[in-house]
Amino acid sequence: MADPQGPGSDIEIRSLYKIFGPQAARHLADVRAGMGKEELNTRHGHVLGLQDINLTIPAGRITVVMGLSGSGKSTLIRHINRLIDPTAGEILYDGADVARMSPADLLEFRRSKTAMVFQKFALMPHRTVLENVTYGLAIRGVGARERERTARHWLERVGLEGFEERYPNQLSGGMQQRVGLARALANDAEILLMDEAFSALDPLIRTDMQSILLDLQQELHKTIVFITHDLDEALRLGEKIAILRDGRIIQQGTGESIVLRPKDDYIASFVRQVRRGKVITLGTIARAAPPADTPVTLPAGTLLEDAARALTLAETGRVNVTDAAGRHMGVATLARMVAEMIEPQDDDEPASIDDGDPSVAA
Amino acid sequence: MDLIDFPEMSRGASRALRQTVDGAFRDFARAYGETLEAIFAPIGHLLTFLETLMLDSPWTLVLAVICGLVAVMSRSWKITLGTALALLAIGYLGMWEDTMRTISMVVVCTVLAVAIGIPVGIAMARSDRLRGVVTPVLDLMQTMPSFVYLIPVVMIFGLGRVPGVIAVVVYAIPPMIRLTDLGIRQVRADLLEAADAFGSTSWQKLKDVQLPLALPTIMAGVNQTIMMSLAMVVVASMIGVRGLGQPVLQAINNQYFTLGVMNGLAIVAIAITFDRATQAYGKRLQKHLEAGHG
Ligand SMILES: Nc1ncnc2c1ncn2[C@@H]1O[C@H](COP(=O)(O)OP(=O)(O)OP(=O)(O)O)[C@@H](O)[C@H]1O
Ligand SMILES: [Mg+2]
Repeated sequence: MADPQGPGSDIEIRSLYKIFGPQAARHLADVRAGMGKEELNTRHGHVLGLQDINLTIPAGRITVVMGLSGSGKSTLIRHINRLIDPTAGEILYDGADVARMSPADLLEFRRSKTAMVFQKFALMPHRTVLENVTYGLAIRGVGARERERTARHWLERVGLEGFEERYPNQLSGGMQQRVGLARALANDAEILLMDEAFSALDPLIRTDMQSILLDLQQELHKTIVFITHDLDEALRLGEKIAILRDGRIIQQGTGESIVLRPKDDYIASFVRQVRRGKVITLGTIARAAPPADTPVTLPAGTLLEDAARALTLAETGRVNVTDAAGRHMGVATLARMVAEMIEPQDDDEPASIDDGDPSVAA
Repeated sequence: MDLIDFPEMSRGASRALRQTVDGAFRDFARAYGETLEAIFAPIGHLLTFLETLMLDSPWTLVLAVICGLVAVMSRSWKITLGTALALLAIGYLGMWEDTMRTISMVVVCTVLAVAIGIPVGIAMARSDRLRGVVTPVLDLMQTMPSFVYLIPVVMIFGLGRVPGVIAVVVYAIPPMIRLTDLGIRQVRADLLEAADAFGSTSWQKLKDVQLPLALPTIMAGVNQTIMMSLAMVVVASMIGVRGLGQPVLQAINNQYFTLGVMNGLAIVAIAITFDRATQAYGKRLQKHLEAGHG
């Protein structure tokens, strides 16, 4: 078994293009030269799925891909385990290009390196919950006893002990997706691909599932690619977020950087409804200054809402901010926090000692 | 006048056409008949074995085994009891031997139809091109009057049970092939995608996902194949297949009303038994789908 804490490898997607249609390769040059999705469709009857995707998916972290319906999210995630073949480009993992793997290597890659969770669960209706979770292991030829032990372990971890002998149809949607999650985790793969895994669930159950995922990730450190069209979900889960529109990545970076500096009006309209106090951190608004005379000291990663609450309780207007190592880094004021939590005006210059996320510029 | 009579080909030409085709076929039958007979001989052995087994064993044992099988498949005491009563009545009315022959014939034909039909159905589900070729052939097989099958078979094999089996299988196999194809094609695409994502080979996908999910549909095919075999067994008595069909044929020729009705009813009784047992079994295969979430 691989060490789950091991470093693993980033997934590097380089100049990836996908055109759907019988003569995809022929139209690649047009698309590279700038032909858009609509023109390609009306003129040549081909669908532009993805264009010039460059994305680094960091090992051991949750990367969220966000976008509206039809933006190419499912297409993108299916390239990582090559359920869809690219028209051009590479998907590098561990020194190998998934796009060029032989069928045998690809099979092995899917079996041992990736696992997938699906929007509509995709559980086998003729298999019990336990048999569903053992599925990936059975395919790899793991022995029956070992298989069952692993499956029971993961079913317990997602809170489904006692349901092993039920059939999927007998479970609620939330429980079915927990089975889906257990099935993926039982595979012990480094990469976890989740295509709108929680989108079909009720809001409350959805939040539950997000918590389960975050809890598990704390100890598992998998490389998770999570697809969603929901910004709140993206901000809650994503350590890195990439936004897709018409098959193109229009912005990528941390949730905070996207909320603070939306690259265009499209994204700005997206992030407008966000509760900014739940996304922006203290470090972002702290000013470099010598320690102030205040009883409150908080780390830079504190969310503005929490910081504001602490200051209000302490009946003070200023807070000393410390960096990850606990060293003094600057001072933030309550007034600035409130200003930042309210929707920004155009003349608000982002006062920040944090110089932004480098990947935003990329 | 000329517009009323159809301008048909001359009698001579028509006779020449028939003679040429018949002649060619007869030559073919003469040249390959023995080889084909040798190839199909094992079917005859299998049939003889099963028939002898059912006729030479004590009737009580045969009755118990049949009812046991029906009970295992249907899990219903009503169907089992009905089967037992029907068989007892059949025996009392002197049709035991013919019934046993018919049952063995239907069993052998069904086994063959399933053994050939499922692989063909699978191949068809995997290739649209093959499907395009096979579908019209199946249409032809299903619309052709069943008697017509008997002619080429008899020309090659002569009268007897083996040609009977071949004619019955040809007649009864289309639903087996069609429903296997349909069942596999109906499997949800997202399940196949999940199987792919976990690294299944195409054989694993077939064995673990497609066939199990297609099984209820395949069982419906088995059921139809059994029913059609049973119907065709009666027709096949015209070329020497022994069993319940022969007395029916005799009854038609001699206007023996009671004999015809009795044997006809025996066939109906067997048909109902087979039908109920296989349908109950097929329903049980779908149990996991019915257990909906409250
Ligand atoms: N097999 C295909 N053939 C042709 N076009 C396709 C195919 N698959 C996807 N597309 C097209 O590619 C585009 C991206 O589709 P994709 O399913 O990736 O979107 P998505 O972001 O996942 O949307 P959703 O939120 O609805 O799932 C769409 O315009 C879609 O119509
Ligand atoms: Mg999608």
